[in-house]
Amino acid sequence: MRQDPAEQPPAARRPTVAAVLSLALATAVSPTAWAGGDPAKGADVYDKCIACHSPSLNRIGPRHQGVVGRTAGGLTDFAYSPALKKAGFVWDEARLDQWLTNPEKLVPGNRMGFRLQDPAQRADVIAYLKTLK
Amino acid sequence: MTNTLIQPRGFDAGRRKTVLSASAVALLVGFDALAARTAKAASSDPKKDVGILNTALGLEQEAIGVYQVGAESGLLSAGTLKVAVAFQSQHKEHAAALEATIRKLGGTAVAAKGKDEYAKVVMAAGPKNEADVLKLAARLEKGAANAYIGVIPSFSDPMLAQVSARLAADEAMHFTALQTALGIALPGNALSFGG
Repeated sequence: MRQDPAEQPPAARRPTVAAVLSLALATAVSPTAWAGGDPAKGADVYDKCIACHSPSLNRIGPRHQGVVGRTAGGLTDFAYSPALKKAGFVWDEARLDQWLTNPEKLVPGNRMGFRLQDPAQRADVIAYLKTLK
Repeated sequence: MTNTLIQPRGFDAGRRKTVLSASAVALLVGFDALAARTAKAASSDPKKDVGILNTALGLEQEAIGVYQVGAESGLLSAGTLKVAVAFQSQHKEHAAALEATIRKLGGTAVAAKGKDEYAKVVMAAGPKNEADVLKLAARLEKGAANAYIGVIPSFSDPMLAQVSARLAADEAMHFTALQTALGIALPGNALSFGG
């Protein structure tokens, strides 16, 4: 007769499906969910950005080369929204993750409405953006 | 009368009929009524929505410009050129509808950039033949579909979100037609579009 896992000593318990799912969910919404992205996958995800952006050209949105480490609204040859011009932060992984999750929440009044909902895709595309030197 | 714009395979324009005006009128009428409703809706934020719509307008203006550069490149065959012009016309309809909606919401529509700016987008891809032009167009159309889907959660008025979905469907249609003409497989997985 099999023993109920709940009655086993803690160290011997196998994770339940619910526990595994909870862990996965917690990981998915973790503030550092952007860490460990795959730049190769991110290059594919970047196809979701190319309606407005390009690595080297200013288009509807600013060029992405060098975006990681750049001051928000910092390109002198792109016409940013007033809101982004005075955002007052530098783009790093965490800020990019917040921005891609909900740009309006991070910088109210900016002109980008696009949201990338999947945390894994955000992590991958941020990893790709880091390669655009 | 058939409203088929493009054949499933290739761009043989012989039996194709271009359909634009009826849908344009319907779309604009729909936008007009929508804009009036949005401006009055207590829970909506027209200023925020105008910002998103203006970004969308910039996207449509670029699409019009890129198709124009492609059409004038001398790289397109006659049949493909007709389709490119037809798709460009639909982007013009989108742009006109967006401009009208922005104005109705009390905003100012962004002006289109100069042709040289759109030429840069084409030249960056370095097209050498018709297939290169179509690949660029397909990539931009897919990007546009993704963009229109990705902005849906950001609209304060759900009716504008619905319009964004309709625009995304047009872009997805263009993408599908271009991929099919190129003989490139369509996405193998479901839910390949969107943010």
